[in-house]
Amino acid sequence: MSTQEFMNIGTRVPMTDGPPKVTGQAIYADDLRLPNMLYGKTLRSPHAHARIVSINTSKAEALPGVMGVVTGKDAPAKYGILPIGHDETAFCIDRVRYVGDEVAAVCATSEQIAEEALELIEVEYEILPAFLNPEEAMACEDESLWLHHDRKRNVEKQYHHHFGDVEKGFQEALDSGGAVRFDKYYNPRITHAPMEPHACVANYEHEGRVTLWTSTQTPHYVHRTLAVVLDMPMSQIRVIKPFVGGGFGGKSETFSHEVAACLFAKKTCRPVKFNFTREEVFYAHRGRPEQYVELKTGVAKDGRITAVEAKVVQDGGAYCSYGVVTILYSGALIAALYDIPNIKFDGYRVLTNKPACGPMRGHGTVGVRFGFESQLDMLAAEINMDAGELRLKNKLKPNTITVNDLRVTSYGYDKCIEKVMEASDWRNKRGKMAYGKGVGMAGSHYVSGAANSIIRSKLPHSTVSIKIDYDGGVTVYTGAAEIGQGTETIHAQIVAEEMGVELSRIRIVAADSALTPVDLGSYSSRVTFMAGNAAKEAAHDIKQQLFRTAAELLGESPQHLVARDEKIFPRDEPQRSITYQEALLACIENGGTLIAKGTYTPPTEAQGGSFRGAGVGPGVAYSYAAQVAEVTVDAETGLFVVDKIWAAHDCGRALNLLTVEGQVEGSVWMGLGQAVAEEQIFENGKTMNPGLLEYKSASSLESPPIETFIVETIDPEGPYGAKEAGEGSLAATIPAVANAIYDAIGVRINDLPLSPERILKGIEERKKRS
Amino acid sequence: MKKELVTLTINGEEKTFAAAPNTLLLNALRDELNLTGTKQGCDDGDCGACTVLVDDLPVLSCMIIAASVDRHRVMTIEGLAKDGKLDRVQQSFWTEGGMQCGFCTPGMILSSYALLKRNPNPSEHEIRDALSNNLCRCTGYTKIVTAVERAASFKEFTGK
Repeated sequence: MSTQEFMNIGTRVPMTDGPPKVTGQAIYADDLRLPNMLYGKTLRSPHAHARIVSINTSKAEALPGVMGVVTGKDAPAKYGILPIGHDETAFCIDRVRYVGDEVAAVCATSEQIAEEALELIEVEYEILPAFLNPEEAMACEDESLWLHHDRKRNVEKQYHHHFGDVEKGFQEALDSGGAVRFDKYYNPRITHAPMEPHACVANYEHEGRVTLWTSTQTPHYVHRTLAVVLDMPMSQIRVIKPFVGGGFGGKSETFSHEVAACLFAKKTCRPVKFNFTREEVFYAHRGRPEQYVELKTGVAKDGRITAVEAKVVQDGGAYCSYGVVTILYSGALIAALYDIPNIKFDGYRVLTNKPACGPMRGHGTVGVRFGFESQLDMLAAEINMDAGELRLKNKLKPNTITVNDLRVTSYGYDKCIEKVMEASDWRNKRGKMAYGKGVGMAGSHYVSGAANSIIRSKLPHSTVSIKIDYDGGVTVYTGAAEIGQGTETIHAQIVAEEMGVELSRIRIVAADSALTPVDLGSYSSRVTFMAGNAAKEAAHDIKQQLFRTAAELLGESPQHLVARDEKIFPRDEPQRSITYQEALLACIENGGTLIAKGTYTPPTEAQGGSFRGAGVGPGVAYSYAAQVAEVTVDAETGLFVVDKIWAAHDCGRALNLLTVEGQVEGSVWMGLGQAVAEEQIFENGKTMNPGLLEYKSASSLESPPIETFIVETIDPEGPYGAKEAGEGSLAATIPAVANAIYDAIGVRINDLPLSPERILKGIEERKKRS
Repeated sequence: MKKELVTLTINGEEKTFAAAPNTLLLNALRDELNLTGTKQGCDDGDCGACTVLVDDLPVLSCMIIAASVDRHRVMTIEGLAKDGKLDRVQQSFWTEGGMQCGFCTPGMILSSYALLKRNPNPSEHEIRDALSNNLCRCTGYTKIVTAVERAASFKEFTGK
């Protein structure tokens, strides 16, 4: 028997679904080919804002090969991911609200015919003035022009929170001889751009049933929405998630092509596929909103943060989507990273005539974190304190309730800071390198699963079931959505660990509503924590069934038994064992196939306060991250290179070192893209860069080495102490790079991306001043 | 449009299919030959997910017409494993965490395979350079570079 504490966790386990991915056997939605399949295409609005006067589809319908056309009236039910944001229909009924908004769809015997048919649909529009930024949108008094009639002056939602007393806090900072700063920050619109464009296939089955295979992060939410929009019982709809080629938040709700595929499948009794072009992915969007952040922060002479006041205005685009959650996260997660006694937040989520924004990795936190960590860097300089020391000075204690009622359990931020300071040789570099070279630090955090369900349901957030039959294989049924982050591997590791069997026994059946129990989906970094706990509970239950039989065979009490290395034995007598297989066969002979289930519901204590908007921000735990970036800036051209990033992430216990590192590296890289180049650009409401060349995504050649350090704080409630790894690191990268540029050339850039133009302008302004 | 016959050696097997003059190799592979391991990530040669090897050289299959590979050798991701055994590049992408969602992976692996064939001991810069046509949004490339370095360090070259 091995002497390590664990047999299947805490090691580098290659993803269990790796072989199909490296051999081309993995079936993604667009790889599905069903007999007699039809192809769908979407007609999109060419206008940012217009009334639909009429739609004539007769010419399109008459084109040979066209099997159907749908428009708004075919699926008029309103929906939206949030109960308070049901403002979408599958296709526009009387008004289009952004360039790319869905007007109609066609299905035909080939994609080419479907495309031709789109050209034959005649739509008469009455063009309306378009609101292209929040300021314009919020200034509109003409009710008839508001994007949604019940959203006064195009404000989707506003929140005004005040915890403690910020004025007192600022005064305290000043009285102590500390510093107070007010700065403005700008974040452009960012998109997920997963490598796989959205795609789905719907199939009609006997007795009116529909099956939908779709590239989604949230199959259960898609299932719920389809039932409403198709006006069918959920029991008659089956949603299956095939392999998904990345999501990052962009595939977290129902899209019109999913509805259309089902409508066409019902209408034609044939399978129907939709596969987005890359351009369409930019219209579907649901990415990070353009946002304007104003921050005022006070720091006492001794380095304590005394107060933070934030105003955030987010340009949310044409529909609510997750927008209310996004704006609330931007305020709520000012807290829970540092010990801040006084926080004031004014947040505005505004509707504009652009594609709808939604959740993106680091949801809601990234824009404010860029500003806050940049400002903290300036404040550290003003009070003559090292930026790393200042951060350490403001650490939280584990097991704290923050001023805005967030419950922090495990907390490893200070360890993350110490790790990256040491690894990057921070103390010998910061402020000490030649002009043009610099290092910058920043921190970030994220919820490890939202404590409140966005659908306002008492349903457990995850349920996992396990079946073991005569073959000895362990089949795990989970609704959790693997999208490349490794959830299936984590399920397999947890179940194998709990049962004390080899990983190779575990087979995962996932995300098929006909087979697997409900899981809320892959968002808010919830899966390892929530589905992981459910899987652990299910494995524990099934192990107890084996123990009851084993106890009889061993003449021992079940509670004295342990399972390890495919054996079951009394805790202190490993030599007196029976094998897993022996126990299993005896158990099945007694009562047949073994089945068990486990569930996870967040504890009430984690669910936050009772003020308006308190539901968003509470996580069942929080991950922590700190980074140091080193840059070289060419002061002549403004061009700069990020030489290296040191990234430390507190993920509770790392169940799988390989996938934790992968998640951290991916987050850092995605943050870096946003820091240096990414931006969805608009002109008159039209996306000007809807392609992977034009939307600048860094290639391998432009990407720096990332050195990752895993910091383990064993969380009291995570499965084996685990917390999230997939999002928390992203937000730190952007300010770390901005702070490094400042260290290199003394130029502070508050607008993203940190482009050479902005750097040059900063250098020139600095020259003028001196 | 009138279709013409195209004959090619695909993953070692000779195949003939009919293709219109404007049919892209990508669509011929996926739709005519049912080799769906080759992915479509964009529509205009930006992302590299559709990379295949034509006469051992990496080519974006969405950028060339199918008829242009008439009488050439094409290898897709399906042709890399031999007798159920993963090629060293596939093996190392898997075990080193060089893939997450897997969508860029077929193209990424084929570009890496072609690199190692022409340069068995590439430097980190040479690896990053050779893969700069293959976008990945998941990994940050760190573990992809490690995977290629690891594959290069395996002694035997199992590919053709």
